Amino acid sequence: MALDSKIPKGPIADKWTNYKNHIDLVNPANKRNIDVIVVGTGLAGGSAAATLAELGYNVKAFCFQDSPRRAHSIAAQGGINAAKNYQGDGDSTYRLFYDTVKGGDYRSREANVYRLAEVSANIIDQCVAQGVPFAREYGGLLDNRSFGGVLVSRTFYAAGQTGQQLLLGAYSAMNRQIGRGKIKMYNRHEMLDVVVVNGKARGIITRNLITGEIERHSAHAVVLGTGGYGNVFFLSTNAMGSNVTAAWKAHKRGAYFANPCYTQIHPTCIPVSGDHQSKLTLMSESLRNDGRIWVPKKMEDVLAIRNKTLKPKDIAEEDRDYYLERRYPAFGNLVPRDVASRAAKERCDAGFGINATGEAVFLDFAAAIQRYGKEQAHVKGLNENDAALVKKLGQEVIKNKYGNLFQMYEKIVDQDPYETPMMIYPAVHYTMGGIWVDYNLMTTVPGLYCIGEANFSDHGANRLGASALMQGLADGYFVLPYTIGDYLSQDIRTGKISTETPEFEEAEKNVRDRINHLINNNGTHSVDYFHKKLGKIMWNKVGMSRNAKGLNEAIIEIKALREEFWKDVKVPGTNEEFNEELAKAGRVADFLELGELFAKDALMREESCGGHFREESVEESGEQKGEAKRDDENFAFVAAWEYKGEPSEAVLHKEELEFVDIELKQRSYK
Amino acid sequence: MNLTLKIWRQKNANDKGKLVDYKINDVSPDMSFLEMLDVLNEQLINKGDDPVAFDHDCREGICGMCSLYINGEAHGPDRGITTCQLHMRMFKDGDTIFIEPFRATAFPVIKDLVVDRTAFDRIQHAGGFISVNTSGNTIDANAIPINKHDADTAFEAATCIGCGACVASCKNSSAMLFVGAKVSQFALLPQGKVEATERVLNMVKQMDEEGFGNCTNTGACEVECPKGISLENIARMNREYLSASLKG
Amino acid sequence: MSGILNSSIGRKFAMALSAFFLMFFLLQHFAINVTSVFSADTFNETSHFMGTNPLIQYVLQPILLFGVIFHFVMGFVLEIKNKKARQISYAKNNGAANSSWMSRNMIWSGLAILAFMGLHFYDFWFPEINTKFIEGDMSGLLADGSGYRYYEELQHKFVDIWRVALYCIAFVFLALHLLHGFNSAFQSVGANNKYTKGLKGFGKAYAILIPLGFVIIALYHHFNHIS
Repeated sequence: MALDSKIPKGPIADKWTNYKNHIDLVNPANKRNIDVIVVGTGLAGGSAAATLAELGYNVKAFCFQDSPRRAHSIAAQGGINAAKNYQGDGDSTYRLFYDTVKGGDYRSREANVYRLAEVSANIIDQCVAQGVPFAREYGGLLDNRSFGGVLVSRTFYAAGQTGQQLLLGAYSAMNRQIGRGKIKMYNRHEMLDVVVVNGKARGIITRNLITGEIERHSAHAVVLGTGGYGNVFFLSTNAMGSNVTAAWKAHKRGAYFANPCYTQIHPTCIPVSGDHQSKLTLMSESLRNDGRIWVPKKMEDVLAIRNKTLKPKDIAEEDRDYYLERRYPAFGNLVPRDVASRAAKERCDAGFGINATGEAVFLDFAAAIQRYGKEQAHVKGLNENDAALVKKLGQEVIKNKYGNLFQMYEKIVDQDPYETPMMIYPAVHYTMGGIWVDYNLMTTVPGLYCIGEANFSDHGANRLGASALMQGLADGYFVLPYTIGDYLSQDIRTGKISTETPEFEEAEKNVRDRINHLINNNGTHSVDYFHKKLGKIMWNKVGMSRNAKGLNEAIIEIKALREEFWKDVKVPGTNEEFNEELAKAGRVADFLELGELFAKDALMREESCGGHFREESVEESGEQKGEAKRDDENFAFVAAWEYKGEPSEAVLHKEELEFVDIELKQRSYK
Repeated sequence: MNLTLKIWRQKNANDKGKLVDYKINDVSPDMSFLEMLDVLNEQLINKGDDPVAFDHDCREGICGMCSLYINGEAHGPDRGITTCQLHMRMFKDGDTIFIEPFRATAFPVIKDLVVDRTAFDRIQHAGGFISVNTSGNTIDANAIPINKHDADTAFEAATCIGCGACVASCKNSSAMLFVGAKVSQFALLPQGKVEATERVLNMVKQMDEEGFGNCTNTGACEVECPKGISLENIARMNREYLSASLKG
Repeated sequence: MSGILNSSIGRKFAMALSAFFLMFFLLQHFAINVTSVFSADTFNETSHFMGTNPLIQYVLQPILLFGVIFHFVMGFVLEIKNKKARQISYAKNNGAANSSWMSRNMIWSGLAILAFMGLHFYDFWFPEINTKFIEGDMSGLLADGSGYRYYEELQHKFVDIWRVALYCIAFVFLALHLLHGFNSAFQSVGANNKYTKGLKGFGKAYAILIPLGFVIIALYHHFNHIS
């Protein structure tokens, strides 16, 4: 099947408006007869469920957590971008569009990104109307901060808990519809298959995580807002429950999986402390506004720090290597995430990592504390040369800006970041890849939609900070509710979808067989044992930098591990009870398939772009020597994989990317 | 560190349940409390026993999924954190640690340490929102300036993660800190004032129907709240409720 | 407005209002008692006025009685409801880590105060009612008619060291009850913001000084009589 992205004709700035003017609509009386299933209740799923219910559709919403409010969008810290230009610093829809395409290393679809930038301003209006308490200035108007990879301040925020506040906004919109009976909420339910009837997605199979009951749910359309798959690495900043299962089941039922290898490795996370580690904690990118990243210049200093015979603050200024400022003078510490992560890895691989594992660099606030302290002393008319006073005042400013992050760091690491620099290291954070969707956000299965992080759409090969929240809410509040109507307008005479059909029967049987297999397997190793092994392969061979040899090895190793898993996994208990091991086993089984496709995709893409870095593809000479080298001639396409049984047999479909409104250029942050 | 754990085990909602002792050795002080339980569960699974069920998800203190009453306190002995942020360095070698579920009639046990907190959701369904359509066609976000102090106070109330530690810590199992926080967030913002009367009446009514106890102002909730939600929010809810009752 | 007493916040508000009333009464009671230390005559005259003024006797006294009974009954009702809100208690509970002993034991300090009130009624209130309304002697005079009886009766009651001891212990409980109750009542009616921070200290002072005053008066009369 040829990929049709269904991008509307016309100039980019008019596409979305023209599209909305010409789609079919469903009249309110008919909406009452149409059911929509929304899986996942994060920013994308939650906002979509609320909006669809408000339009009049009957929505059934599903989440595996005990409440929609727990979805992992809640953990987003820094902020949400919007082209409001409240700061008057030259921002515009076009500039947000441009920054996002450039930041994504020219691997995203122009029309989608433009639409995202276009609706971004509405998101802020909407959220404020819902009572989201964004940070404000003393004049009562909204405040903005700056994020990596851009030259304007367009990020709206609520301290370090922006995701929480936005999710609670979407959750409150859902609550209103649940209260009205327009959304039927299924908490602690996990989707385990999509049901396709006559080529259209018509329902899902779920497992009630409390009772183990396998249920059939039908609808006229199914929307997946099930988030990313970073947990394929075992250690990531994702929540423990974040998984690929819903997306993978959709893939197996015919939805193409696009660019699985595009993974964002976030540069500022708390380093791994030991084998017991279950997840990694992010320190918001906003810290790079004030923190300076460095490692010692001299090897003897590195060793002394590791042996704890030297304190970082005792290293003289000239013996420090502020490598981001050195390599990228224009953007300095605020280069995009992929660039910052690779630079940290480069220093650590060269042996300059500053903790016992050799995988950490410093994020230092001493300079910012001095700068703010002097400023405060000046404002308050105090002595600017009183070092203790300046430090105290400076620390207060830092505390106001990042207090919750500093506290979080201290609890985990047991060091005071006001006194000694933070230690940070990159960690898996976000997956730009995901289910392929067209301009309507519909997958290659008619009636099956995919929104938010779960789809591949807007971030190309690298996502800019504060854009994930923007995309999730744009998809759910403002894009999907239009595009799905166009599809559902064909369904006004269909009537209720029966669950008593051979298709539902077959899907349910599949689910039951798989669960029975897992429960009765009686192997010798726990689910986590396999998940950790998979994570190690992924991190070492499909992680921050990749090469053909490692990828080939990874493919073989993952396949072998998958076979071992099915032979030897041990799942205690029964299906008919609350059984977290069983739920985990199902998820890891899917990760073991995805992981192989992931490596296959990375192997196919013989270029470096965004978060995907192939060691074979670097600039050999000139000013950009050593930087990632993109290959637009051969790889300016979206890789959409069709399921054919084993991941190794997946078939590649290419959606060629056309750049009409933005000139393809090397991404330079020098 | 070597520890003795006394953990509440209960097969399902109808089971009676009891405390069971477990020994765990070689616990690293850098582990989080939940990672320590992961290690225990790994051992139980390898022995062929049923692992301990507990709720958790983000493991960075924001989703509100983790709970646990540890040594007589919600989220354990440390302050301003959730159980997932509690680290084993808070304990000493040889300690005995009691691990119980959050207890309240309104939070029935599902299994072991997992409880059902959907009562909180139902309270929110009753009024935890501003009735505005999600069309995006509202007024410009900067059209209504909001006093910074009010905006900040609303934000502080809104940082509640809905974990239920307030209910678990309260000797009366009262949910007033949770409800007070939500009522406050909206009551402080001009957008929320429009339907403030109905909101507080409906939410308090639902709260009472869920079987939570009455607040006697012990302040335990505020101390144990991982997000430091202030008792002022309860006072504000009381005011809002009384004036709403007089109006309505 | 209807059904407000059926809501948790309504009941809480009612508890607070009755508490305010009782705290005001206590202040007034103290003010009269304290005159006994300085002037027997003033004490006698005030007592006679309070004991015979129809407004106080037929309007305020029933309100007071109602307030006392309401506060107690509601206190028990709430306690029972609150117990029901947690049917299985914790095997280990470290209440001291997050709340004061006083706040967690209002029911016990309240019960101690209730027991004391039994004694107090037996000592003063029942005899008063008996003299005035059953025997019909509204004169307030001693049997020999030499003057008002109130001061004499007061002194007489504080002769017994055990009674004085019980009296003192009861006021310790009252102090504990007030140490939580005073500010709790303000919080219940919604007074907790930057303007009410000063109330906290005032509440503590009230909770300690008033019961201490009652204790000192009792001791004064006990030792005064002996010497």
